[in-house]
Amino acid sequence: MKNPQLNKNGELQHLLTTEGLPVAIVRDILDKTATFLDVAEGREIKKVPLLHGKSVFNVFFENSTRTRTTFEIAAKRLSADVVNLNIGSSSTSKGETLLDTVDNLCAMHADMFVVRHAQSGAAHFIARHVAPDVHVINAGDGRHAHPTQALLDMFTIRHYKKEFHNLRVAIVGDVLHSRVARSQIHALTTLGVPEVRVIAPKTLLPTMVENLGVQVYHDMTQGLKDVDVVMMLRLQNERMQGALLPSAQEYFKHYGLTQERLALARQDAIVMHPGPMNRGVEIDSSVADGAHSVILPQVTFGIAVRMAVMSMLAGAKV
Amino acid sequence: MNIHIKNGRLIDPKNRIDAQQDVFIAERRIVAIGKAPQGFVAEQVIDASGLVVMPGLVDVAARLREPGYEYKATLESEMTAAVAGGVTSLSCLPDTDPPLDEPGLVEMLKHRARSLNQARVFPIGALTYGLKGAELTEMIELTEAGCKAFSQADAPLTDTRVLMRAMQYAATFGYRVWLRPQDSFLAKDGVAHDGEVATRLGLPTIPVVAETIALATMLQLARATGAILHICRVSSAAGVEMVRAAKRDGLAVTCDVSMNHVHLTEMDIGFFDANCHLIPPLRGLRDREALRAGLLDGTIDAVCSDHSPVDDDAKQLPFAEAEAGATGLELLLPLVLKWAEQDKVPLLEALSRVTINPAQLLGQKMGHLSVGAHADICVFDPKTAWKVEPSALKSQGKNTPFNGYEMQGRVCYTLLDGQVVYQG
Repeated sequence: MKNPQLNKNGELQHLLTTEGLPVAIVRDILDKTATFLDVAEGREIKKVPLLHGKSVFNVFFENSTRTRTTFEIAAKRLSADVVNLNIGSSSTSKGETLLDTVDNLCAMHADMFVVRHAQSGAAHFIARHVAPDVHVINAGDGRHAHPTQALLDMFTIRHYKKEFHNLRVAIVGDVLHSRVARSQIHALTTLGVPEVRVIAPKTLLPTMVENLGVQVYHDMTQGLKDVDVVMMLRLQNERMQGALLPSAQEYFKHYGLTQERLALARQDAIVMHPGPMNRGVEIDSSVADGAHSVILPQVTFGIAVRMAVMSMLAGAKV
Repeated sequence: MNIHIKNGRLIDPKNRIDAQQDVFIAERRIVAIGKAPQGFVAEQVIDASGLVVMPGLVDVAARLREPGYEYKATLESEMTAAVAGGVTSLSCLPDTDPPLDEPGLVEMLKHRARSLNQARVFPIGALTYGLKGAELTEMIELTEAGCKAFSQADAPLTDTRVLMRAMQYAATFGYRVWLRPQDSFLAKDGVAHDGEVATRLGLPTIPVVAETIALATMLQLARATGAILHICRVSSAAGVEMVRAAKRDGLAVTCDVSMNHVHLTEMDIGFFDANCHLIPPLRGLRDREALRAGLLDGTIDAVCSDHSPVDDDAKQLPFAEAEAGATGLELLLPLVLKWAEQDKVPLLEALSRVTINPAQLLGQKMGHLSVGAHADICVFDPKTAWKVEPSALKSQGKNTPFNGYEMQGRVCYTLLDGQVVYQG
């Protein structure tokens, strides 16, 4: 089956998922991210003209402030024209189909779509239907994938840990509903992390998750032991309904990341979170704001990663 | 019209015939096999040299979308598709709009189908009013109007007491109850098998236990009520095993499988191919192998197309939002032939699953080529290879997971009631 995110020369055509992404492309994105980080940090003028004259459409069918903003900043720093469309459910409620929306935006000569949608597979669907010179970046589709988040996480890990081949990484929380977790798992295994753990009660783990190449833990004490990286997942409030969990309190008691639990990890462990955090539900404030936390640097790196991805898709020489 | 089908390889599973035999048709019926009756003068001779002559196919699950969903398909389009696929009899499900819960609707459908004079249509009536799972339909009236069995189609029947009453009532009059086993709570919002692929793709799932729990309920109620139960579209290895055990225990239960599940698995979803969004969901490789084994050993009585034409607008959506279903009438025969070839099943055996067996499920005296029977016949060329191209399909539904597949075996002639209704 043809990998829908690569063109016939094996170059990145769309970024839809970290699954099946060649390791060389992942490393290339991380290397370019480092270059763009300098643009943000080292220069007085934060803009480079790599996407000058190109139009980037942020098409968000699902609400998001943070991800949309970082994509917007990234595109603007590359000198692209940015159009933000928060379609929410309004367009569909007006009876317009997803394809009609996409066709309309294509008619406005978009060069790149950044898409978020509540349905798994929406980004693949849109990528199949756009003209061949249009690029699609998946900014989160249902429970499926959130590749730029995972890539910024990989950059963060590389930034603090330098290598991947000697790491033990734990992903904690609602893996079942998490597009972030799926993309992280694929990215970590692609980069050769030898031990990826997931820690959650059975109600928050998908069937046969171990087939993704992870070890399953239901207990924080065992799961966090000697890990180098702790990647927390956001627990949505609505998970308390539908009999997945009894209460936020009980969840925090058994799966919340506290100082005490973090002490089980390696001394130099880093703590990550894709945000927005639920303090006191999945993570204790003292950990979120503590010395091991790299949560805010993640946000900074997020802009550089998105710049790297956009410039690669546009075929720009960095 | 007197028709002589000569030099063909006659395969008639019911009569255990697989031999070169001529067929003679007069006054709509088969009048002789092998030698022409005395004084027989053919008005039409069909040279079936190198071709297979078999009973017209009987498909126990084909949605014709009338009444109510004519934008998806019409009787005209789907009956044309049926005969192009060699299907001469089909039963259609009650999940139309309105559902087939009133005798008038059933009569209208039968009348419309008859006037088209293509395939025979055997409606399956709604088991409960509006398929809502609360009140029983007038099964006697519906039977008089032409219903051959009663079903909920894919609509849930969550109230077990209503199900029991419905089965008791049907059993009183010897009516057939056709049920697709799926626990609606466990299947809620699900669109894919609860397995590796759905985990990777992040799709909401329908676990196997949704099938087996409902199946256990149905089998026990069949035992308790004496209802004639037919299990529709079994999809899992565990489900097949339960039916096998029930049959071994002497329960008069029957079972069918869709051709999609005989050939495909969850892996075929690939990168969210909405053509593989089917009900029940495509399951794992082991499930598919178990379905094939069940089909071979007789646990599963029949293969159906589960023909469900969907309009493009409803399919051109992200996987979970896309409407479930695929076109199938024109692919049933080649897919049964493919199964036979892959699993080395003799044609005489394989073709019984689309002729005499499904005919018996409907309680109809068809699906065979005995002298005196209505001449419903399919003549196909087993050597013709062709590629599935949606635009070439006669069905108004163009979506199929078999898009682009190479098929072997193509219908040359379809005869209904002694008349050629399709010529390829």
